[in-house]
Amino acid sequence: MTPIFIFTVVILSALGVFFAVVLYFVAQKFKVIEDPRIDDVTAVLPGANCGGCGFAGCRAFAEKCVAADSLDGLFCPVGGNTVMGVTAQILGKTAPEKAPMVAVLRCGGAKDKRELTNRYDGLASCAVAATLYDGNTACRYGCLMLGDCVHACAFDALQIDSESGMPIVDDTKCTACRACVRSCPKSLVELRNMGPKRRRVYVSCQNKEKGATARKACKATCIGCGKCVKVCTFEAITLENNLAYINDQKCKLCRKCVGECPTGSIIEVHFPERKEASLQVEQNLFTTP
Amino acid sequence: MSKTFSMGGVHPHDNKISANIAIEPFPLPAIAAISLAQHIGAPATPVVQKGDFVRVGQLIGKATGFVSANVHASVSGTVKSVEPFVDATGALSMTIFIETQGDEWIEGIDRSSQIVSNITLPGPEIIKKITECGIVGLGGATFPTHVKLSPPPGKKATCLILNGAECEPFLTSDYRIMVEFGEEVLTGARLMMRALDVQKCYVGIEENKPQAIQKMVDLSKRFLGTEVVVLKKKYPQGGEKQLIDAIIKRQTPSLGLPVDVGAVVQNVGTALAVYEAVQKNKPLIDKVITVTGFQLNEQRNFRVRIGTPLSQLIDAVGGIPENTAKLVLGGPMMGKSIAHQEAPVAKASSALLFLSEKETKRHSEGPCIRCAKCVEVCPMRLECYLLYKLGKANRYEELEQNRIYDCIECGCCMYGCPANIPLLDMVRLKKGEVLKIMKNR
Repeated sequence: MTPIFIFTVVILSALGVFFAVVLYFVAQKFKVIEDPRIDDVTAVLPGANCGGCGFAGCRAFAEKCVAADSLDGLFCPVGGNTVMGVTAQILGKTAPEKAPMVAVLRCGGAKDKRELTNRYDGLASCAVAATLYDGNTACRYGCLMLGDCVHACAFDALQIDSESGMPIVDDTKCTACRACVRSCPKSLVELRNMGPKRRRVYVSCQNKEKGATARKACKATCIGCGKCVKVCTFEAITLENNLAYINDQKCKLCRKCVGECPTGSIIEVHFPERKEASLQVEQNLFTTP
Repeated sequence: MSKTFSMGGVHPHDNKISANIAIEPFPLPAIAAISLAQHIGAPATPVVQKGDFVRVGQLIGKATGFVSANVHASVSGTVKSVEPFVDATGALSMTIFIETQGDEWIEGIDRSSQIVSNITLPGPEIIKKITECGIVGLGGATFPTHVKLSPPPGKKATCLILNGAECEPFLTSDYRIMVEFGEEVLTGARLMMRALDVQKCYVGIEENKPQAIQKMVDLSKRFLGTEVVVLKKKYPQGGEKQLIDAIIKRQTPSLGLPVDVGAVVQNVGTALAVYEAVQKNKPLIDKVITVTGFQLNEQRNFRVRIGTPLSQLIDAVGGIPENTAKLVLGGPMMGKSIAHQEAPVAKASSALLFLSEKETKRHSEGPCIRCAKCVEVCPMRLECYLLYKLGKANRYEELEQNRIYDCIECGCCMYGCPANIPLLDMVRLKKGEVLKIMKNR
């Protein structure tokens, strides 16, 4: 029947036109004017949404970058200086250069360095173990070796080393997003300067116990003897609560402290192999008349 | 008909193998390590110094604020040092070390076994006395008793409930207290009734303690307003909210206090301590501790001075038997395994348990099959499997919506789980984090 067919078409078309008009005005009324540069910046960012910048994700960070007057204090640790440079270009602002950082585990208590005093059989999580007791070795500050930091890392930069039982950081993959720092219940992970040619020196211990007690618990502990403080010519090392700390801003990577440390708790990374210290002494003996 | 709480609970074998062993006094330790943080709330402030001579019952740590408790010397001798020391789990707290010399008590403490049943003091005076003597809840939570006996303004208790349920397997310290010090316990209850200004006192005892029930029923005829309620054997009946539910059929609201439903719950051990404090002037300086386990040749119930190293208790029963896998402080359900044997006995300690590999072994975790066993046994009506999953994913808002803060950490969910999922480990961790978030809001 033709009249019904025509009737339907007319009604539906009229409804369509009506809604189109309504929607047009609604869209005009509730229009969100968004800076197109937000999309541009988001496209440049790594898109890992790791939260390392301190914001709820890459887009939130991009919004903040666009809204802020200057890029001071805003930094994408994953993208680093290159990404921040491009972001600055898009926005016509200047990005302050930042030295690249890397996560460092400040505990050297590998399996062969510390004796087990307890056996833990609960949920394999450092956070859970830390709520139940102070650790399965005599060192209450040391790594629990259950790998919360490994699970926290979104970039596959941390692995548990099967030999030592400790997590190791792959500094080519680490983006310094701070996820591992937050996950460690013993606060053992620290972000430090990557250093030139990825070379760095740090105290790999957090034991604040007196020297004798600390030494009993772990062979690789800092005993707070202060030798490194004396040998440092740049005043980069401080001693507090029986524990030495190397300030990475002041450290000039001379490595005098590494040789001085009686327990080997000061670690050097990516340095060329040095000549044997004893060999040097011998040579000196022979050359002096 | 015996009563019990309305939902959840499990029936572990009670293993009360030390039930018929009388309480015996434990020899004094050579050095007592008395922690200043043996209670919930602010740690006490030390009032003695190195080199001071102290006598038994002398105040050595003064309460810091309202929710805190006094600490007294449990031995006489010279203060050796005041320094941080570990507890059984390894947490550090300020501890006073006293080198024992003789057994000299301060004046005014009545050490005779004569029962003083005549109550002379009015309510506020009783609470003052309890505050002075540093009494805390001896059921395990160590909440300062004087705080519990002073309900917040606008709230009024209608009854006192004495907790003699002792639902944890192996533990017999409360049972022995009821059998041996029944009259003292009920006098203590009467003191607390006066402090709270209530006329009714229920004594909840599980039916696996016939001797204690008999003794208490006989005694209650002489104590006006005291009624013994026989409870079914079910864990966790000794939980405050469960006991209220079982005895007076009232549900304590979520995040609420027992006094919101008009009840104040006190452990029988606390009642004994209250009696000794008010009637005999004796501060809280010792604790009845069950030393038990199937490996041991002899089970013991000791009355131990606070500050005695756990290692001394272990030595007293002939050292650690060969096939022992875990030493647990407290019951097998809620107790924590000991990481430091040199740690001292504290006000919270109730038992030292020797468990074999077979009894404590954790089996490997399987996948959750949604059988809802954990939901069925949860006495707090929580969905434990869900909390575990949400906890794993760090979804804190949903954890809060699912009332994770209501968890009493009884461990029924883990006991019931056929897949051996460590539910409580996760829930305990996330509960702490959620409570922290809620507090900072």
